[in-house]
Amino acid sequence: MNIEQLTAWVTALVPDQKPGVSKQFAECIVPAGQLHQLCKDLRDNRNTQMDYLFCETAVDRKDGFHMVYHMKSTILQHTLVIRVILTDKINPEVVSVSDLWHGAEFFEREIFDLFGIRFTNHPDLRRLFLEEDWVGYPLRKDYKDSFTLER
Amino acid sequence: MEETLLDIDLKDREEYIINMGPQHPSTHGVLRFETCLQGEMVKYIIPHCGYIHRGIEKMSESLSYPQLVHLTDRMDYLSAHMNNEAVALCVEKAMEVEVTDRVKYIRTILAELSRIASHQLWWSAFGMDLGALTTFFYGLRDRERILDIFEETTGTRLIQTFITPGGLMNDVHPNFQKRVREFVTYFRKKLPEYNQLLTGNVIFQERTKGIGYMSKEVAISYGVTGPSGRGSGFHCDIRKLAPYSAYPFVKFNEITATEGDTFARYWVRMQEMSESLDIIDQLVDNIPQGDYMLALKAIKAPKGEFYHSVETARGELGVFIVSDGGPNPARIKYRTPNFSNLFVINKIAAGHKIADLVAISGSLDLVIPDIDR
Repeated sequence: MNIEQLTAWVTALVPDQKPGVSKQFAECIVPAGQLHQLCKDLRDNRNTQMDYLFCETAVDRKDGFHMVYHMKSTILQHTLVIRVILTDKINPEVVSVSDLWHGAEFFEREIFDLFGIRFTNHPDLRRLFLEEDWVGYPLRKDYKDSFTLER
Repeated sequence: MEETLLDIDLKDREEYIINMGPQHPSTHGVLRFETCLQGEMVKYIIPHCGYIHRGIEKMSESLSYPQLVHLTDRMDYLSAHMNNEAVALCVEKAMEVEVTDRVKYIRTILAELSRIASHQLWWSAFGMDLGALTTFFYGLRDRERILDIFEETTGTRLIQTFITPGGLMNDVHPNFQKRVREFVTYFRKKLPEYNQLLTGNVIFQERTKGIGYMSKEVAISYGVTGPSGRGSGFHCDIRKLAPYSAYPFVKFNEITATEGDTFARYWVRMQEMSESLDIIDQLVDNIPQGDYMLALKAIKAPKGEFYHSVETARGELGVFIVSDGGPNPARIKYRTPNFSNLFVINKIAAGHKIADLVAISGSLDLVIPDIDR
């Protein structure tokens, strides 16, 4: 499917989606509550078959943490970006998609480690790179520590 | 020492936990496998990473694009050229500029030479992991020739930072074409030796065939790309799916196997080396004339989000840039191939013997700094 068809497909599943900024891929901003059901539909439906989540990451923006999911169908060769904006910057929380794509489990552990976003229903949410007693989440824009070289 | 509840629990099930790494020859870097064993059988593996986490993504947020390219070499140091190329292509895509054909050709030749050098080192170390020490000498002897070519052109042997947004750091050395041609002729003769030495060896085949089976579905779900994914029949070669640089101009095959075992992953890499030789062969005599660097006033990505992926020696390296229009990225994410390739290990190695774990992790060809970043 091309960009318009994919966007239309997501609109049919989640009517209150908003178009994203990407010019490269089809991109939809969806409410956090509908993320898991949407992803499940996209993965399992014959017309979309998004079986490959190749990148999952977070971005710290002014209006909140953006969760960005890059997914692709290895059969139909189309790519879609789903974005969720988490407005709570103190205790951000979103549902895990690790039950849909195994690779997501580790992307999410990395995001939890570096952004402090909690994933509900995650099987093993621990820090991945930093030590368990590390204070703070380094990839947040407001992160400060005593030895960072300020620029 | 007092016995904890965990110790008693493990003892009842006759299980014990050993750590493989963080400093262990077969992990090829600082990575720790917390391995639960029952006798010789692996029950489960928990990988512990972060020993070499340098915060490259955080550092990059305060560096300009030409500066942050230097950090990418330090991720997968055996695919340094491809890592540079990934950032360069992503920034060029954002700026909507296209480099000259000369640059494209040279980038692709360098990338394919790196791929051969990387597979040579992997082959050397893989043989050694399984007890065949000779491979190490054969592999490194031939890899040295590629590093010499790199040294002459780029000035360094391992982490070159030669490819940069807008082109190349410098033009290639006048000897470049001659030496690359010499290497292709030389290595075409040597590659059959590799197969005679290891591929056909009965002991080697017994150690690898049917070991560490990964199905295509598992490979896709975990996002295992590169030769490891293609060994399971996952068509994931970015050079074919979204050709970049000079790949649209050349004919080559995407090597896949369907067996999905350790030997299949081995076989795919061996075939890829000769495919890479073919690609270089088609390009090296036809490098067009032109500038090696575009005349760009300032390297700034416009406001927006950009994603570009390239095929490194280990799989899909994606660069995701979030830009506010300044000289620095607001956020840069590297979707590194080894990160996704590592975590499948529990799925494919559980139930095998501890010695097979070495073979399986060797066949995934992990480079640890690429996981930790």
